[in-house]
Amino acid sequence: MAVETHNSDRLAARTGRRLRDNRDWLGALFMLPAAAILLVFLAYPLGLGFWLGLTDAKIGEAGHFIGWGNFVSLAHDAVFWLVVFNTTFYTVVASVVKFALGLYLAVLLNERLPFKSLLRAFVLLPFVVPTVLSAIAFWWIYDSQFSIISWMLIRLGLIHRYIDFLGEPWNARWAVIAANIWRGIPFVAITLLAGLQTISPSLYEAATLDGATAWQRFRHITLPLLTPIIAVVMTFSVLLTFTDFQLIYTITGGGPINATHLMATLSFQRAITGGYLGEGAAIADAMVPFLLAAILFSYFGLQRRRWQQGSAD
Amino acid sequence: MSDFSRRDVLKAGVATTAAAVGAGLMPGTAQAAWTNQPEPNASLRVLRWKQFVEGDIASFTASTKKFTEKTGIKVRVDTESWEDVRPKAAVAANVGAGPDIIIDTNDDPFKFPEKLVDLSDLADYLGGKYGGWYDTCRAYGTHGNRWIALPQGVNVSCINYRISAIKKAGFEKIPEDLPGFLALCQKLKGTATPAGFALGHASGDANNWTHWCLWTHGGMVVDPKSNVVLDSPETVASLEYAKQLADTFVPGTLSWLDPSNNKAFLAGELGLTGNGISIYTVAKNSPDPALKAIAADMDHARYPIGPVKKFTEQNLTLSAYVFKYSKYPRAAKEYLRFMWEADQYDDWLQSSNGYISQPLKAYAKNPVWTADPKTTPFRDGADRILVNGYAGPLGYASAAVMGDFIVVDMFAEACSGTQTPKAAASRAAERAKRYYQV
Repeated sequence: MAVETHNSDRLAARTGRRLRDNRDWLGALFMLPAAAILLVFLAYPLGLGFWLGLTDAKIGEAGHFIGWGNFVSLAHDAVFWLVVFNTTFYTVVASVVKFALGLYLAVLLNERLPFKSLLRAFVLLPFVVPTVLSAIAFWWIYDSQFSIISWMLIRLGLIHRYIDFLGEPWNARWAVIAANIWRGIPFVAITLLAGLQTISPSLYEAATLDGATAWQRFRHITLPLLTPIIAVVMTFSVLLTFTDFQLIYTITGGGPINATHLMATLSFQRAITGGYLGEGAAIADAMVPFLLAAILFSYFGLQRRRWQQGSAD
Repeated sequence: MSDFSRRDVLKAGVATTAAAVGAGLMPGTAQAAWTNQPEPNASLRVLRWKQFVEGDIASFTASTKKFTEKTGIKVRVDTESWEDVRPKAAVAANVGAGPDIIIDTNDDPFKFPEKLVDLSDLADYLGGKYGGWYDTCRAYGTHGNRWIALPQGVNVSCINYRISAIKKAGFEKIPEDLPGFLALCQKLKGTATPAGFALGHASGDANNWTHWCLWTHGGMVVDPKSNVVLDSPETVASLEYAKQLADTFVPGTLSWLDPSNNKAFLAGELGLTGNGISIYTVAKNSPDPALKAIAADMDHARYPIGPVKKFTEQNLTLSAYVFKYSKYPRAAKEYLRFMWEADQYDDWLQSSNGYISQPLKAYAKNPVWTADPKTTPFRDGADRILVNGYAGPLGYASAAVMGDFIVVDMFAEACSGTQTPKAAASRAAERAKRYYQV
């Protein structure tokens, strides 16, 4: 009996040692906390969101499975399609302008400028200010009675009445896009600046010696080497713009006549303000294909290896 | 809780009653007896709407402190802007945890009636003691034959106007009929102080006046059986009237949120708008002579009456409810009783300077409604409103239609000319059907 116990102890000790030395086992063990966090805080809410979108759940009621009912209903909802258009337009215009201006600013800040550090700190300011605060500032800037822009233009004699920035659907769309651009540029600029600083100056020196113009240096050195960073930055930028909520909620509340409602704000309005969790979740679910498309475009479109290596493609 | 007993509760009740009768604030009607024994070592969390006028929260907090001193029950009061109370209440209802008491708006408690503590005994007690509940407040409090919420009051919206502006336009007072009201607004157009009503997603102001306009023409979203009847000649008539009215508005009202008309009025750029008493309170209490002058030059009036020949106002109604998940429902009831008793409620009403109108009829005698005649039009708000989702029942659909700004958007489409009144009514009816048919 004693011999048997002794053998089983030795076996257990040996198994323990093997597991301790097994890199696969240890790797899996160390990944467990991260996996648990992802499961609880990412996978579960996402799965719940999808499930809610397939139910008629209301606030305080679990609801019943109704299949694609919410999506069919949304397909016949004119407001939903207007909001899809608003969101796409808002994302495309704001992201393109943020990229162009952000890249321009990054290149500029990468040059030898007086007070370079101070300038870089200033550029970050719009990103540092809490979104709601900047949104309230824009709300005043665009106010139909108190807009400082209108006030200045009137003083300069360029206009004769206050501009109705937020009361006219297209004015309102452009106004909120401008606010989003102002807020988003620092993120693009500073991240691209970090990317620019990883490019070796010797490449530029060599190109200059070969007689390359500034545009050629930018086109054939800066842009290809920056592309991996651009892919990441633009993926984040598109995702953050597409899911924007605070700016719209504070500045327009989705008005006028739903002209600035985005999918995120409509989802909130229907799910929480209106109480129809199922439909709100369905709107949020409907954002996923757009977001996936943006991610796939960034990764497969912008991360083309040959282009990065200076090839024509 | 150690110094709190059933006897104390009863003694407090008797003392309060005597004080109220003595002050002449209650008619001395027969009342239900109140007996309640709060749970030992109870503590409460209350979530309520954030104050618009300073005196409100000061009085509310002082009364809460008094309650704790009297009963030993600790009460923590959190405040959120009233639009943000709704999502928090929604989360609390869904997860079954959160504040014990929430003081919320309109039909929100009707989204989760089964999750709320029955307050019928408390409502009967208070109704019996303080002259009864106004009918609309009773509607906002009862689900079937059960009280699920205790109406706290009505945030009444009235016509706010500059006396000098309407006099200059040739009017002595706000006309009580629709053609007269339109004529006044048309006269104000082109002056330095035109009219302006919110047409953006302003949960309070925009819903107030658009629902009034719809209802006073005989339009309604649903009939008593919840059939959507919004696409009707009455609705079209209300939209045609609103279009004429909107043509007289100061530019920018399509974008107006709740604070917008307050800002414009206090800046002296608006002669007439629909709002609560907050504009007047801010102007009156301001040290700025310009604002004091506006307070002296402004007054309030009820909304005009249209073809239906009765008051049809829509106002924000505030109600307190207790979640069943609360560990201390009896303590919560005791707190609500204490806060709704004359000693506390009268002081709160007065400190709020008429921002809230009472849900219990006896409180109409509060001096706040007569000390300053400019507050009087706000007094009987609960008697002039129709409940949300009129003429259907309160519930998910009525809350969703209002939360989704269906009526406001319909008016905005017609007033901006982006849709004809007929098309706007038809589009809105289709949107409303999606909620009423779920």
